[in-house]
Amino acid sequence: MRGNFSKITKMFSASVVAAGLLASAPARAADDTIKVGILHSLSGTMAISETTLKDAMLMLIEEQNAKGGLLGKKLEAVVVDPASNWPLFAEKARELISKDKVAAVFGCWTSVSRKSVLPVFSELDNILFYPVQYEGEESERNVFYTGAAPNQQAIPAVDYLMSEDGGSVKRWVLEGTDYVYPRTTNKILEAYLKAKGVAAEDIMVNYTPFGFSDWQTEVSAIKKFGSAGKKTAVVSTVNGDANVPFYKELGNQGIKAEDIPVMAFSVGEEELAGLDTAPLVGHLAAWNYFESVDTPENKKFIADWHKFIKNDKRTTNDPMEAHYIGFNMWVKAVEKAGTTDPDKVIDAMIGVSVPNLTGGYSTMMPNHHITKPVLIGEIQADGQFETVSQTPGLVMGDEWSDYLPDSKDLISDWRAPLSCGNFNVATGKCGGKGTN
Amino acid sequence: MILLRALGLTLLFLMASLLPSNAAEADLRAIIAKFATGTGFSATEAVVRELAATGDPLVERPLAALAEGNLYIRKADSAVFVGTEAGDSVALLDPLSGEKSAEAAKADITKIKVNNTLRRVIRDALGTLTLRAKDPTVRIAAADTMFKTPDAANIEPLDSAIAAETDANVKALFEQARAASVLVSERPEADKLAAVALIGARGDRDALSLLTSVEANSQGAVKDAATAAIGSINSSLALWDAGQNIWYGISLGSVLLLAAIGLAITFGVMGVINMAHGEMVMLGAYTTFVVQQVIRTSFPGLFDWSLVIALPLAFLVAALVGLIIERGVIRFLYGRPLETLLATWGVSLILQQAVRSIFGPTNQEVGNPSWMSGSVDIGQLAVTWNRLWILVFALGAFAVLLYVMKRTPWGLQMRAVTANRRMAASMGIRTPWVDALTFALGSGIAGIAGVALSQIDNVSPNLGRGYIIDSFMVVVFGGVGNLWGTLVGAFSLGIVNKFLEPYAGAVLGKIVVLVLIILFIQKRPRGLFALKGRAVEA
Repeated sequence: MRGNFSKITKMFSASVVAAGLLASAPARAADDTIKVGILHSLSGTMAISETTLKDAMLMLIEEQNAKGGLLGKKLEAVVVDPASNWPLFAEKARELISKDKVAAVFGCWTSVSRKSVLPVFSELDNILFYPVQYEGEESERNVFYTGAAPNQQAIPAVDYLMSEDGGSVKRWVLEGTDYVYPRTTNKILEAYLKAKGVAAEDIMVNYTPFGFSDWQTEVSAIKKFGSAGKKTAVVSTVNGDANVPFYKELGNQGIKAEDIPVMAFSVGEEELAGLDTAPLVGHLAAWNYFESVDTPENKKFIADWHKFIKNDKRTTNDPMEAHYIGFNMWVKAVEKAGTTDPDKVIDAMIGVSVPNLTGGYSTMMPNHHITKPVLIGEIQADGQFETVSQTPGLVMGDEWSDYLPDSKDLISDWRAPLSCGNFNVATGKCGGKGTN
Repeated sequence: MILLRALGLTLLFLMASLLPSNAAEADLRAIIAKFATGTGFSATEAVVRELAATGDPLVERPLAALAEGNLYIRKADSAVFVGTEAGDSVALLDPLSGEKSAEAAKADITKIKVNNTLRRVIRDALGTLTLRAKDPTVRIAAADTMFKTPDAANIEPLDSAIAAETDANVKALFEQARAASVLVSERPEADKLAAVALIGARGDRDALSLLTSVEANSQGAVKDAATAAIGSINSSLALWDAGQNIWYGISLGSVLLLAAIGLAITFGVMGVINMAHGEMVMLGAYTTFVVQQVIRTSFPGLFDWSLVIALPLAFLVAALVGLIIERGVIRFLYGRPLETLLATWGVSLILQQAVRSIFGPTNQEVGNPSWMSGSVDIGQLAVTWNRLWILVFALGAFAVLLYVMKRTPWGLQMRAVTANRRMAASMGIRTPWVDALTFALGSGIAGIAGVALSQIDNVSPNLGRGYIIDSFMVVVFGGVGNLWGTLVGAFSLGIVNKFLEPYAGAVLGKIVVLVLIILFIQKRPRGLFALKGRAVEA
């Protein structure tokens, strides 16, 4: 049935294409493709992380076209460069939606860039797929969050460190870069740790500026904090570029993972690529995907990626998997809705389930977050992560943290009767306020 | 580290082979075989403990291999091997004898997983086994582990090791490790008091950590003695902390000096607001990367020399680019600071994007030569080699630049052109060429700074961005046009910054420094060492 149907659509669209070509080729050509916007920085500070995601999206779109496109039409990628400039993200998003008439946008990395495009997406009613782990405390009708919420990364990571396998950690250093994601995550973690009975003097919170490169004082402060006779661990929300000098300093000052492990939330395969990892073996990271995961889906994905990028040294990482999941969900939802009209697709997205790369299925939940497994990995000498712990089942993304007083009563459900991103269960009203 | 361990292993192996052949070898093999049957970390841990309990020095090879993730199980027959990777296949060695027995494809074997807890258990187990190793560094490492993980069961092996020890240093460490173990044992109070005194005399952070837990877990005289010892350690550590802050400040100062020294020429001497200065540093770092890449693929033996080879090349690359920028853009804009600022800003963006297109946006790995890795302890102060070398290098670069400026004819011409361009021109100096070469010199110096900075920072297209503001800050603070001012400015900013950081945090510390500089510039607009004379006003 389905095969027949798609054959018919294909024939139909082919004849439309033919007719279009006969009539006025250039003018109609645009209507015969579905445009997909890619909003990732290709220059400036964030290019280091975001360029890879642009390439991953181009690969996914190429593969989908090889499979026959979507709704009988070819997909066409529209790539713009917001140049790591937050206001420019909003401008470029507007350009993608109003001028290029894209059906959906895949993009953003930093939380501040996401916040800057939110008004554009709700005003022009389009869809954004956001692939990066973030601080939560947000649920928008027009945004689908395919990265991890804090409870899909930070909380299980801390649980692991507290467990016997993780070393029964009693003292905590929360080290972060000074911006919204680390600050909110650390606020949640601090509340969580205190709820677990950790005393205030056993938690040290410290922030450093973006791109910080002189870690001597911080690392020796960690060393000092760790010499109080209790097992100590560092939970690091240090972002991007600052990580390499941080880890180099840890190695130079002889802090070994057996003594003070560092659990990172923003360090993936890509960040380790610029680093000699031999002194870092045993330090940890929490993600929903590692390149080393041994599943047939992942093997195929890595092989495709190496072929596409023509370099078999390039690594894959968690946000790439998030785009893989998000893109496949969008394709499935469009097929289900039979149209690319954003309103219909947004409704069709909820409940869509697609395979992830770690051997299971991820499902889009009514709060526009997805279900994922949480993996804890240890850095290996070859720059890869070895999974040492995995949550038994899938974890559902929780947008409003249960550990913050402002957001613990809030829930989000974008299905028809409720249709609200911040419903307060205590007052029974839509429009509660989170910490942001 | 790996080398040391390997050395220790071979020594042990030699010792073991000299002993009469061990009848228990079959038993050991039986225990090792259990690695294949158990699943999960706790099962592996049980096997490790069983192996360690045999006390046989032969178990060191499989345990050390396990800790490094080199112990494999062959899927076909569940046999356990030590593996060494060789390309796509893995050479399988016998876990006890270390003789090569087979080879296997990676798909046919599974690695026995280890985590941090297991690594710690193995390290402790190896500690007791290596007390009699021939190499003193291995014995020191053993003493260190046993000190950090005291156990009453360690006292006896330590006693016999102390009796047999000939090296005074190692003996002292063994005695400290023994004292640590005494504190967690059921020994009489007098022993414990002696132990507290011994550990208190050690006076470092590990001693502090141990005594803190002793203080929490004991009563009476031992608790009081521990409290007193903690107090005296803390007060001596406070002194060391101040020393450490000064060292960190000097080290940060040397980085600032390196970054700013080229700018002291282009901005300080020539007065060009050069926003592309950071990109010259970046080009130097990328030159280092390319040099290392060539060495890695063609001459692996030369790796330790890579930085020395990169230095002149980085100078030439950056100087050449600087020359092109001066001839192509800046010479048309002398005397128009605003346009220069915009033009060089544009040039910096072009350079960044060019590097991004050629090398890709991701970080490139620049390795540390062996003489720049690790650290040396001076008292309680850990001085890392790479920081020390960068300090030496920064001062060296400064001295060379000073010599060029003050003692060579070229330097004289440069200063003459800066002091009075028209007079210099009428004396027969070709001022345009002096301008071009001066700019090239400043850029080249920035290039060699990039070689040094590649050792401590990311080598990415954004490298220069992180240094441009700091560089201007140093030059303006020190006094425009004065090389000594740059030196003093860099070190004083570095030290102030590092003294503020522990109290105010890195973010606030930086803000405070900026506010202080603004106030200072209000008071003394020409910086620390202002140039005097008519020329400055012109």
